[in-house]
Amino acid sequence: MYAYLIRRILATIPVMAVVAVFVFSLLFLSPGDPAAIIAGDLATADDIARIRERLGLNEPFLVQFGKWVFNLMRGDLGVSIFSNLPVSKLMLQRLEPTLMLTSTTLVIAICAAVPMGVIAAWKAGTFIDRGVMLFAVLGFSFPSFVLGYLLIYTFSIKLEVLPVQGYTSISKGFGPFLNNIILPSLTLGMVQAALVARMTRTSVLEVLAEDYIRTAHAKGLATHKVLIGHALKNAAVPIVTIIGVSFALLIGGAIITESVFAIPGLGRLTVDAILRRDYPIIQGVILVFSGAYVLVNLAVDIIYTFLDPRIRF
Amino acid sequence: MVQATQTMTRPDPGSGGAERVLEIENLKTHFFTRDGVVRAVDGVSYHVLKGETLGVVGESGCGKSVSALSVLRLIAKPGRIVQGSIKMSGRNLLDLSDREMRSIRGNDISMIFQEPMTSLNPVLTLGRQIAETIMLHQGLSKKDAWDKSVEMLKLVRIPEAERRVTEYPFQMSGGMRQRVMIAMALSCNPKVLLADEPTTALDVTIQAQILHLMLELKEKLGTAIVLITHDLGVVAETCQRIVVMYAGKKVEEATADELFERPLHPYTVGLMKSVPRLDRAAVEEQARLMEIPGMVPSLKNMPPGCAFAPRCVFATERCRIEEPGFEMKAGGHFAACFNSDKVAETYHG
Ligand SMILES: Nc1ncnc2c1ncn2[C@@H]1O[C@H](COP(=O)(O)OP(=O)(O)OP(=O)(O)O)[C@@H](O)[C@H]1O
Ligand code: SF4
Ligand SMILES: [Mg+2]
Repeated sequence: MYAYLIRRILATIPVMAVVAVFVFSLLFLSPGDPAAIIAGDLATADDIARIRERLGLNEPFLVQFGKWVFNLMRGDLGVSIFSNLPVSKLMLQRLEPTLMLTSTTLVIAICAAVPMGVIAAWKAGTFIDRGVMLFAVLGFSFPSFVLGYLLIYTFSIKLEVLPVQGYTSISKGFGPFLNNIILPSLTLGMVQAALVARMTRTSVLEVLAEDYIRTAHAKGLATHKVLIGHALKNAAVPIVTIIGVSFALLIGGAIITESVFAIPGLGRLTVDAILRRDYPIIQGVILVFSGAYVLVNLAVDIIYTFLDPRIRF
Repeated sequence: MVQATQTMTRPDPGSGGAERVLEIENLKTHFFTRDGVVRAVDGVSYHVLKGETLGVVGESGCGKSVSALSVLRLIAKPGRIVQGSIKMSGRNLLDLSDREMRSIRGNDISMIFQEPMTSLNPVLTLGRQIAETIMLHQGLSKKDAWDKSVEMLKLVRIPEAERRVTEYPFQMSGGMRQRVMIAMALSCNPKVLLADEPTTALDVTIQAQILHLMLELKEKLGTAIVLITHDLGVVAETCQRIVVMYAGKKVEEATADELFERPLHPYTVGLMKSVPRLDRAAVEEQARLMEIPGMVPSLKNMPPGCAFAPRCVFATERCRIEEPGFEMKAGGHFAACFNSDKVAETYHG
């Protein structure tokens, strides 16, 4: 058990190292002189030279990388070219909305999708099953920005029950927070829910054909106990896996959703940084998102051990 | 809730007046598949006496499992029980609500299956799986149910039961798992245990152990066992009465002694010839049921007449036209064959 955990934690180190190398090289991989890219189209030769100096671009690559990693370890992600503020500070300011948006989305998506998938599997072949599958196909193929605007149009403009845009911190009360977060979460969660519902259905359907499900029925258990206590627990590993894997989709989706709903989160910061070619911020954001992805999948691996004893031993 | 049962004791003529704990009458379970109706069980009747061991034998696919699953009403789509009655303590199980039926399963009637490797839930501890049944039917607390689980594991002679109870199925061998299944099935003192080929998947040495364990516990707990198998050798050693099935129908029924002494259906004779008995010559030892010439007919479109006719050496013109009725041929000995006299003559002089 502990050996497995330690192995899994150690395995994240090379992954993060590769990410770090990639992120650092970003500046150098893009065509042209990094300093010129950062300086922008209107920069003079002087500006470019200054930027070179400031970023230490005159030093050898390995020295630059070493310094960069060293600073990274101390939580120093560099300074924004545009605002001259530390990247870590800028990101910290934007962290809460994104964190709340993604976690609310995950909770909503999972709470909706898992029961849907279980019921679809239980009622396989019926119109309930077909309805869920239709939702899964539509939810996955419907562009989220279109869905976002549709939701805004319906709930904010026509029905006027929810705010059009913006974000309210949860520290200002759960009600206002929820009011603002619900539409973005639905928008962002649709793809997730579609994926998870589909995987749940497939996985549970497969498990329902197992001999031990027949045993559970033969014991006299009620259907819901068989479905939840016996089938779902066995079906959980692929479901948790897809939740972990689709976390990447969630991050990508968050960037779009934050733009549609004008949420001042990391996604917006990213979009702005890209438009301004604010490389240190782009690097910082990629690092944080990759780190989050790795952490989520580490959590998934740990959850496996609770779901399936065969992995634990 | 289980109703207060009015024991409608019906004395059985041929069995010293023992009570019938389960009575299946004219059971028909059909599967409505895309390419036709499979008559897996087609008018089967048998009863189980209190505390006895009844053998149900027949080749693969003759409907043994389907008839047992029908008793627990565990037939899944596209299958359906289309006719018949299954009576226990005067109640027809087919008339019960789902809820009432659930209170019977694992409680009054329980079942163990052929595949010990896959019949236990791989992600739940053995204790949890046994205790679940006990809590459900006996209303014990978690703690008491857990203690009872340990007790049950001890009863089926699992060493170090206190430790094993916290383990998972994958940590045990096939024989051990089947013991756990037996422990689970007997945990609520059922009146009837349906044992569907409980030893088929096990090593020969383990088979005997498991069989003896079942019989011993049957005596101890007074449970009746319906032992389903395609191995006549097994029923010869263990059963008081035997029902022989062929192609979804019952073809012969008698006490074990009578059946082995004087089989009256050509199919039964075929089964016996191909099965090793302890007192038989070793030459036949390797032979198995499959070796009756010919194949089980397709259950979808049965030919008219006797279903066994295409494979039967005694078959006459009449057999291909008319279906033989299931009749009493001698005291307590029934068979469905026009020519059982000839069968008897040929094999018993
Ligand atoms: N789900 C199903 N759909 C269609 N036919 C089925 C289904 N389940 C069982 N059958 C048919 O019912 C018949 C009886 O099956 P059953 O499992 O009762 O046989 P069995 O006597 O237990 O054989 P075995 O010794 O192989 O266990 C078989 O011919 C099988 O084809
Ligand atoms: S009725 Fe005819 S075909 Fe059928 S078993 Fe008897 S002799 Fe054979
Ligand atoms: Mg079977």
